[in-house]
Amino acid sequence: MTISLHGLTKVFPGGARALDSLDLDIGEGEFFALLGPSGCGKTTLLRSIAGLETPSSGTVSIGGADVTALPPGRRDVAMVFQDYALFPHMDVTANIAYPLRIQKVPRSRREAAAAEVAGRLSLSELLRRRPGQLSGGQQQRVALARAIACRPKVFLFDEPLSNLDARLRLEARTFLKRLQGELGVTTVFVTHDQGEALALAHRVAVMDAGRITQVGAPAEIFHRPATTFVASFIGSTPMNLLPGKVAGDALHVAGAVLPAPPGLPDGEEIVYGVRPEYADLSAAPRDDAFPGTVAVLENLGTSTLVTLEGGGDDGDLLVQVVVPEGEEPPAGTAAWAVPRPGRALIYHGDRLIHPA
Amino acid sequence: MDDLIKYAPALFDGFMENVKLSLMCGVLSLVLGTILVSMRVSPTPVLRAAGTVYVNVVRNTPLTLVLAFSALGLSDTLGLAFSDKPSSNSFWLVVLGLSIYTAAFVCEALRSGINTVPLGQAEAARAIGLTFLQSLRLIILPQAFRAVIAPLGSVMIAMIKNTTVAIAGGYLAESAFVMKDTFDDTGVSIPIFLGLVLAFMAVTLPVGFLTGWLARRLAVAR
Repeated sequence: MTISLHGLTKVFPGGARALDSLDLDIGEGEFFALLGPSGCGKTTLLRSIAGLETPSSGTVSIGGADVTALPPGRRDVAMVFQDYALFPHMDVTANIAYPLRIQKVPRSRREAAAAEVAGRLSLSELLRRRPGQLSGGQQQRVALARAIACRPKVFLFDEPLSNLDARLRLEARTFLKRLQGELGVTTVFVTHDQGEALALAHRVAVMDAGRITQVGAPAEIFHRPATTFVASFIGSTPMNLLPGKVAGDALHVAGAVLPAPPGLPDGEEIVYGVRPEYADLSAAPRDDAFPGTVAVLENLGTSTLVTLEGGGDDGDLLVQVVVPEGEEPPAGTAAWAVPRPGRALIYHGDRLIHPA
Repeated sequence: MDDLIKYAPALFDGFMENVKLSLMCGVLSLVLGTILVSMRVSPTPVLRAAGTVYVNVVRNTPLTLVLAFSALGLSDTLGLAFSDKPSSNSFWLVVLGLSIYTAAFVCEALRSGINTVPLGQAEAARAIGLTFLQSLRLIILPQAFRAVIAPLGSVMIAMIKNTTVAIAGGYLAESAFVMKDTFDDTGVSIPIFLGLVLAFMAVTLPVGFLTGWLARRLAVAR
């Protein structure tokens, strides 16, 4: 089912504007991520689709039908909560079958449905257990099973992986993506973890202050972040965003003189963005590199994140570079961060102007 | 000791009245307390306010006054009568007064139980399509009850002991009254005192043990 939001606004009593006249269309069968920092309105948006939140204005449509005024139980959506919200006084079967019981499905049919879904999620051995007797990963699968068993038109996941430990989270991520692909049900999920959003979703909406800053496929969001906010938010290491100035066919950025791509506004202040992964470290001075002193080395396993301190004229800029294992510079030495050509992002007035 | 043996049958009959009052009030106060707590957590402001006023007024009024009001106010002045027989009428008036009083404490115990149920439970219930009353009945209260079985036991023990105040409601048959009546004949008798204490402990101790055991057994594992 498609989901269509139009002019959605939510102002909480007290004046906090969680959603600000937001428009969004989510396609049939799409796995869609709402990504943003805490307080950006992503959870409010998900809850508005679920019907747990009544928007102040605007409409929510599911499958072309306006459901803005419908209560959650009549929207044919299933929500998986961050803390799973399994019912602790019921066993796994009862938990999975509960939505069906509310829909007045006969006992034998709903228990069969619960058993079938449980089998699919490798929960068959656990049907008589209570949630308190399950591990975190098992609880998460029960929560998923409860959502799947009632065959909703839309799945809504609120931070579905955040209560799992790091190792399990990666396994669950792969599992979740495969499951969504098999079921083919339109799925919206909320996350504050950019890696999770990029890994799982077909499309990602990056939110900030109740608005959607950018919508696009993960690769597009990663390679062409529309604003410096998106640029700083996406990526497992924060992007270098350095102030600079256009001077003819050159860019003066943090002590480096770089060739300016054509079409930049001459004499204007810009922000030069380059990911630490897209820069190399040089031990010899270069004009087209950011100079600095090696201040911090952070081992990332197969690579090391190097922080250079003191680049630029004002002396307190930090530039980060990811270097391959075995090529770490000694701390305290001078080094130059060379941005790779073609990877630079140039922002003017907080909008991406290059690559255009 | 002779006094205790001599008056034991009369005292025992009186004590059975305490037991009867306790059973009636136990059931009624649990029912009324559950209704009250439903009002106190309801989405309707008027019901919430009514529940709050009830609890704060009743909980802070001495039980003797509640029972006296039940007898003198409700019955004598306002003409509320459960039975033509005076003793039966006053029995039910005491049941009414003590249940109204105890329900306020049951309500507050349950409310603290509801506060132990994570908000997500109510949300999940709503997301599934339960109404407020359904989610309260099927999801919230079952968990809340299990969380407060032990404190409810304390409320029930206090209620059982409070049946000895029935005289304030004009009911002159329970054991504390019989004891005082007996003392008028015999003078104060320590064995009779102790005998009655033991009789109450024979009821209240098991209530305490039972609720403690149930609380552990039915505890909700999250």
